[in-house]
Amino acid sequence: MGRYWRTLRRFWGTALASQLEYQANVLIELLAVAMSLSGSLFLLSLFYGPDQTLGGWSWAQALMVQGLYTVFDGMATTWLRPNLGAIVTHVREGTLDFVLLKPIDSQFWLSLRTLSPAGLPEIGLGLGLLAWGSHQAGVVLSLSALFTLLVMLLAGGLILYSLWFLIAATSIWFVKTWNATEVLRALLASGRYPLNAYPPALRLLFTLVLPVAFLTTVPAQVLLGEAAAPILLAGLALAVLFFAAARAFWLFALRFYTSASS
Amino acid sequence: MRIFGLNRRIIRVLLGCQYAHMLEYRAEIALWALSGVLPFIMLSVWSGSDARSGLGLDGVALDRYFLSAFLVRQFSVVWVVYDFEDDALSGRLSPYLLQPLHPLWRYVAAHLGEQLTRLPFAALIAAVFFAVQPQAFWLPSLGGFLLAWLAIWMAFAIAFLFQSLIAALCFWSEKASALERLQFIPFLFLSGLLAPLTAFPPAVRAWAQWTPFPYLIDFPARVLAGQPVDLLAGFGAQLAWIALLLPLVLLLWRAGVRYYSAMGA
Repeated sequence: MGRYWRTLRRFWGTALASQLEYQANVLIELLAVAMSLSGSLFLLSLFYGPDQTLGGWSWAQALMVQGLYTVFDGMATTWLRPNLGAIVTHVREGTLDFVLLKPIDSQFWLSLRTLSPAGLPEIGLGLGLLAWGSHQAGVVLSLSALFTLLVMLLAGGLILYSLWFLIAATSIWFVKTWNATEVLRALLASGRYPLNAYPPALRLLFTLVLPVAFLTTVPAQVLLGEAAAPILLAGLALAVLFFAAARAFWLFALRFYTSASS
Repeated sequence: MRIFGLNRRIIRVLLGCQYAHMLEYRAEIALWALSGVLPFIMLSVWSGSDARSGLGLDGVALDRYFLSAFLVRQFSVVWVVYDFEDDALSGRLSPYLLQPLHPLWRYVAAHLGEQLTRLPFAALIAAVFFAVQPQAFWLPSLGGFLLAWLAIWMAFAIAFLFQSLIAALCFWSEKASALERLQFIPFLFLSGLLAPLTAFPPAVRAWAQWTPFPYLIDFPARVLAGQPVDLLAGFGAQLAWIALLLPLVLLLWRAGVRYYSAMGA
């Protein structure tokens, strides 16, 4: 355990040090995040006339959902895209061999090797939007709600990671699957809006098959004090299930890995 | 006749070989086609929202609009900047520059080949859409279809020229794809991919119409969906953007190639 912890600190220290050399990139990233967020808010405002609602959610409540979406999007930029996106390259160029030879778990190495600070401003802005929306929606924060929120955010993060990893792992067979993660990203964009804004069939899809609901809508409901215990438990169960599936699938996929040259 | 090194035989060979090349990656292109589902997600939010009355589109017209937006996007997607950046950084560009053919034609052919490969997948997704929403089914008249085809083709031309302009900056900097990312954000929100332009407040709509973005999705999609549009103004604007971008691209390319060879020598 201690070895993994020390490795992780070394990984992230070097990643941050090397990335922060490119300061122009940070500026471009900041500009992109600001533009993208103002565009999203503009789009959201189109759904709201005077005192109208979107699927029963007020403007302030929808802002909370938008904020949570921004946080997860930033998380994907910081953590998932640089790490899981590299799996495809490892498979194609045969460097996965070196990863498998290391005396450390390969999924751990592939999932946490690097960090990109580019998504950090997005996470910050998302949290800010969440706080502002909660304030406007009259949320009274209790310690237990905060704790539940934290647990649900972790569950949401785990679900997102497992989905992404599952798809990235298919590159063992198909080599070029980063387009599949593009499909996933397009579908995840549905998390920008509260689940109730969708027709019932899609609601079911976004809860059970592609559980986007647990990323944004459910945590927002926790803050609003509207989340029932069954849905929270379902979220936790799905998180565990998806993670176990990702782990099992990776071990299964490795049996078929035959290096780039063979 | 040759236009920048192009004649009929070269066109045939170029298109044929790029099409064959794209056919190899059918699974990948199917996934790319699927990753264009965003208009359908937006359609489901719009059709359940109270704000729909402000769109001036009833249920079926809304379905048709977003399906058309999806199709227009499928056949006007441009990725020249990524290929070009790759070619420039890995040195593959240098032999292309020695050929008597303008390198941009190669990318044009690749895009056309990809569109041809994409056609069955886009048709399949449209068929699934009609199976779910049978009341939205429509077939444009022949005239309408040809006009829409022309509008989509012009939209592709604008997008291609615009991105080539950004790609040409690769000659000076490696940050061209970051610039492309920055222009993609206003494209996303102003093109009509996520919301029809009629949903915008009048001031924003008037302002958006001075950018090239609405002519990339909104205008061709409206023509395809058979909605009332000002054809003259739309095609006029598309032509104007092409007329503005084409000489700029050629000038910047020429300057870029000169700079590039100076760097290699």
